[in-house]
Amino acid sequence: MTQLAELARLIRSKNAGPFELTFDIMFDDDETYQRVKNSGALSREVVAQCYRLPVDAVKFFYCDHAYAIKASIPRPYFQGDPRDSDGHGGQQYAPLMSIEVL
Amino acid sequence: MAIGMNMDEIRVLAPTGVTGSGFLESSFEQGLAQKPHFIGADAGSTDPGPEYLGSGATAFPRAAIRRDLRLMLTGARKIKVPLLIGTAGTGGNAQQVSDMVDLVKEIAATEGLSFKLAVIQAEQDRDYLKRRLQEGRITPLFPAPEFDEKTIDRSAHIVGMMGVEPWQRALAAGADVIIAGRSSDTAIFAAMPVMMGFPEGIAWHMAKILECGAASAVQRKTPDCMFAWVRRDHFVVEAPDPSLRCTPQSIASHSLYENADPFKLLECSGTLDLTNSRYEAISDRAVRVKGSEFIKADRYTVKLEGAELVGYQSILIGSVRDPYIIRQIDDWTTRLTEKIHARVNMVFGDQLAPSDYLLNIRIYGKNGTMGPLEPVTDIKSHELCLIFEATAPTQDIANTIGGIIRHQALHLPIPEWSGLITAIACPYNQMERGAVYRFNVNHVLEPDSPTEMFPMTLFDVSGNYNREILT
Repeated sequence: MTQLAELARLIRSKNAGPFELTFDIMFDDDETYQRVKNSGALSREVVAQCYRLPVDAVKFFYCDHAYAIKASIPRPYFQGDPRDSDGHGGQQYAPLMSIEVL
Repeated sequence: MAIGMNMDEIRVLAPTGVTGSGFLESSFEQGLAQKPHFIGADAGSTDPGPEYLGSGATAFPRAAIRRDLRLMLTGARKIKVPLLIGTAGTGGNAQQVSDMVDLVKEIAATEGLSFKLAVIQAEQDRDYLKRRLQEGRITPLFPAPEFDEKTIDRSAHIVGMMGVEPWQRALAAGADVIIAGRSSDTAIFAAMPVMMGFPEGIAWHMAKILECGAASAVQRKTPDCMFAWVRRDHFVVEAPDPSLRCTPQSIASHSLYENADPFKLLECSGTLDLTNSRYEAISDRAVRVKGSEFIKADRYTVKLEGAELVGYQSILIGSVRDPYIIRQIDDWTTRLTEKIHARVNMVFGDQLAPSDYLLNIRIYGKNGTMGPLEPVTDIKSHELCLIFEATAPTQDIANTIGGIIRHQALHLPIPEWSGLITAIACPYNQMERGAVYRFNVNHVLEPDSPTEMFPMTLFDVSGNYNREILT
């Protein structure tokens, strides 16, 4: 088993507008990307579980040309709202790093 | 430079991702030497937060915007091609557009430049919005806050995000320089190629890549320029700085950035669909893109953005090192909150109900970064940082509550110690944060025409002389 953070060249989160957060899990090459994609370790369900959301709240994509996997979720608080803690949404990806890949 | 419907190529220079973030002069000069048909840049975004649209301040300093703008204006006039700048002043509201127009006129006077200037406003009139709301022509996107007449009345500013048509109207009027309010970033770059009859899928996809400047390079070192050649069945993208490389992977990856859906990008007039896009290296620095499609929408919609005042804020930063307090931090902050409310009530009485102000406590070392998304529940740190926020109807009230927070937090007892304790370490006393805003609209409006929300004014600018052209 290998952790996702060791396989990815970049795992990041960012605002997708003020109302959604998006996660990009990007790989150096097609081989690593295909390994993760085919392992099933990263899925809509896994992302939903990581952020304790219903599965249908998660958008999930395989981006073959970019060697990347992408997921988007609604923000817990809208960007800049009084209780929002991350204006750019840039530090929300850490729970994805330790996902185990076969 | 002749521009006509029979062109087989449009060349595009994007000096930077945001006006004010900078670019290398050497890259810009190289870009100009490649003879672009126009130069485009945005000057704003929602990404810095709601206070810019709300207050009219700019996210980048005026001096930094002036530097970029001076180079772009003198460069565009030197090779005599249009300069298109959208989302002026970060939020693109009326005040921010007029501030940038002042800057443009100031630079024209200093540099002795002459040009026809088009100014396109994007701020929306309250009565217009109320009328469209009553007609059922304002509908929510997901997720969206409540939007009704009260929202419109509470808003500091609401802007519409323009598509290509207002830009095309300004280009058709012969504008050399266009300063616009809130615009889709991509519309700035798609306007001319779409106007010239290039396939919309190719035009919009090129626009999506260029609107972020050099961000689509493999490793952007600093904000910088990007260049594209748009042709009838593909576009080519290459960075003017010879040390920057674009690869099929880096260009394909760029559609992921800040988009919820990497394949379908919504615009006023339709959806850019990248499902069938193909990316091909034509050198170790340049990429050719084909196959992108644009699906026309059944109805034309303009996205609205709005910001409203939440209140005025006072904050206090403090930290806790005592393990007794750390292990009961949730209980401690609950008790503290009750104490603060009680003391505020003693000071203000009926003048200030608990619903009139907002108290927020962030606990760094626990869940300060992720809040409700944080999966880790146990605290492992030997110290915690706390940020206390009081948001109230006036700055004076916020400051008063800030003072109350400090005093209550300092001495809130815990059962483990008897006697007067000092529970938090504060590097400084409470601070004013001024007005705070929130985004309050995530809706689209269906106008009668793509330009009705975006009035245009034309000016003759010549050095320090300028005059509105009456149309």
